Amino acid sequence: MKKSLIAMGLVVSMMLPSVMNAQKVVCKIKGSDTCLPLSQKFAEVYGNKNPGSGISVVGGGSGVGLAALLSGTTDIAQSSRKMKIDEKLKIQETGKAVKEVVIAYDALSVIVNPSNPVNKLTREQLEAIFTGKFSNWKQVGGPDLKIIVYSRETSSGTYEFFKENVLKKKNFASNALLMAATGSVVQSVSQTKGAIGYVGLAYIEKDVKALQVSFDQGKNFVTPSVANAMSKKYPITRPLYYYYLTAKDASFRPLINFILSPEGQKIVLAEGYVPLS
Amino acid sequence: MKIRKIVEKFTEGLLFTSSTVTTIAVLFIVYFLFKSGIGLFSESPVEKGYTLAVNSTNPVGTLSSKQIKAIFNGDITNWKDVGGKDQAIQLFTIDELSTAYTEEQLGSNLENIPACVNDYFSKNDNVFGFFESSRFPAHFIGRKLQIPKITVWEFLTGRQWYPTSVPISSFGVLPLILGTLLVTFIAILFALPIGLITAIYMAEIASDRMRKVMKPVIELLAGIPSVVYGFFGLVVLVPAIQSVFKLPVGETALAGSIILAIMALPTIITISEDAIRSAPVAMKEASLALGASHWQSLRLVVIPYAKSGIMAAFILGIGRAIGETMAVLMVTGNAAVMPHSILEPIRTIPATIAAELGEAPFGGTHFKALFALGIILFIITFVFNSLVELIKSKNK
Repeated sequence: MKKSLIAMGLVVSMMLPSVMNAQKVVCKIKGSDTCLPLSQKFAEVYGNKNPGSGISVVGGGSGVGLAALLSGTTDIAQSSRKMKIDEKLKIQETGKAVKEVVIAYDALSVIVNPSNPVNKLTREQLEAIFTGKFSNWKQVGGPDLKIIVYSRETSSGTYEFFKENVLKKKNFASNALLMAATGSVVQSVSQTKGAIGYVGLAYIEKDVKALQVSFDQGKNFVTPSVANAMSKKYPITRPLYYYYLTAKDASFRPLINFILSPEGQKIVLAEGYVPLS
Repeated sequence: MKIRKIVEKFTEGLLFTSSTVTTIAVLFIVYFLFKSGIGLFSESPVEKGYTLAVNSTNPVGTLSSKQIKAIFNGDITNWKDVGGKDQAIQLFTIDELSTAYTEEQLGSNLENIPACVNDYFSKNDNVFGFFESSRFPAHFIGRKLQIPKITVWEFLTGRQWYPTSVPISSFGVLPLILGTLLVTFIAILFALPIGLITAIYMAEIASDRMRKVMKPVIELLAGIPSVVYGFFGLVVLVPAIQSVFKLPVGETALAGSIILAIMALPTIITISEDAIRSAPVAMKEASLALGASHWQSLRLVVIPYAKSGIMAAFILGIGRAIGETMAVLMVTGNAAVMPHSILEPIRTIPATIAAELGEAPFGGTHFKALFALGIILFIITFVFNSLVELIKSKNK
């Protein structure tokens, strides 16, 4: 009897803080693989701070996440692209409204082998290289060396973003080497002299060289860095979004507030993404 | 007596059920593969639920998928290149609406979209639109384009593999088929002689102690996960090939072949060694008694006797090589180009299926195309097996 009373007391005292603050968040997050590590970290840290929270995070791709939000099988859709008009219309057909929150930014940097003397390229040059119009580094002022294009697999969100943002929706060269993981792109670029590839900012290391890029026909070249991405100077930057039904705003608000707080944004920086401010 | 009969009947039934279940399972998987794969040829290469449309005055009737791709790629920018009037092609997607019209014009609940679409199509006679079929206004004033369905011929002889290209995807598997065959062929070229020599050495020449060490080590090779082989290939073999052949890129068909050869070796060695050892001692002794040397009796008596076993080793080796996914995915570069040499990147069928199936929308065109690739792989393996069966029966 006494024992069970003590146990009950313990349970109650453990539950007390969360009950008092009403910070408990139980939800499912699904979508973009780019956001996945970040969301997992959020879920972990938030869960530790607020016992009783149950946040499960699943990948699958931005499109999958948004489709799941639509069908009601997930609470929050994480997306590495803005919701398309199409998807907005579909949500509207169900008579619901969604709320959009930018949780962080992600910057892609173009990397080459460190032995490559080329330091900067314009968007037009990048387009010509990645679509296969240029095949030799001397066409962009480099040495007489064949260009080897490394890309991610066609189904990756990073591939889509690079294609839309840098190639202006044109197709990659058919002889581009498609790597299954970002780590493989870094590994291959580091050991191939004529290589060029693109990876998230967090993946840059000393074995590869990140290029400065210009999106204004060569007037200004910008180095990929967290600072430049934050000040919007670096052009290959995309926001990462959370989408959820407006009706459920109140129940997810504590989590969103935590993510947008300085503490949450510190996690963003630590995970290699670009914080909002 | 009775109990024994019952037990025997029961055992018989058990054997019958387990073999029938296995056969049915295999047939079911084959049925599933074919059902999903064949569906590809009733699909249009345009993304599902989307339609392409032009102004009603546009003389262009149909466009091939190649032309559509060239237009969206920016390679064709004038209608006269595809048989139309001499005017620039104006691309239009539903997202374009938000730049062409203000939010007020679109309506706060986007209710004016159909009207705006019609307005856009009436104002621009050079328009080439691509958007979801259900977004078309009820009284659409433009003309919808007819896109031919994917044909088997197009699928098998197409040279471009852009499965997720928008608005029109291309499923040309010729580079993938040739890539798979090339990698497998070269791998067998490496693995067969080495495997056979090792098997002969282990069965006939090696001392018992030597054999006791070598055999487990070789069998250990079969137990290593293929991703480990792939990683080994990526960090060791690929840079090595790159520097030895002075290549611009090390991820090549050759790298894949060597890794596959190593992976196929344990199968080839173990099975051919067993076949060689199973040659009756009496036959060998008879040959030696007739005055033949050890090498002669090996070459003229033992190996011919073990021929069918060696053949089986050969098939299983090919089977292992042709269906191998992960290691090949990591070292061949996966560029879907027609293979010209073994020192260039290639893409194989299993690697393509493995890399893309997880992200392809269930039941979509891309999904079906990957299953159609599976059918091709199935047929290739089937042909190989039948060929070897044929050779075996002729030898007898």
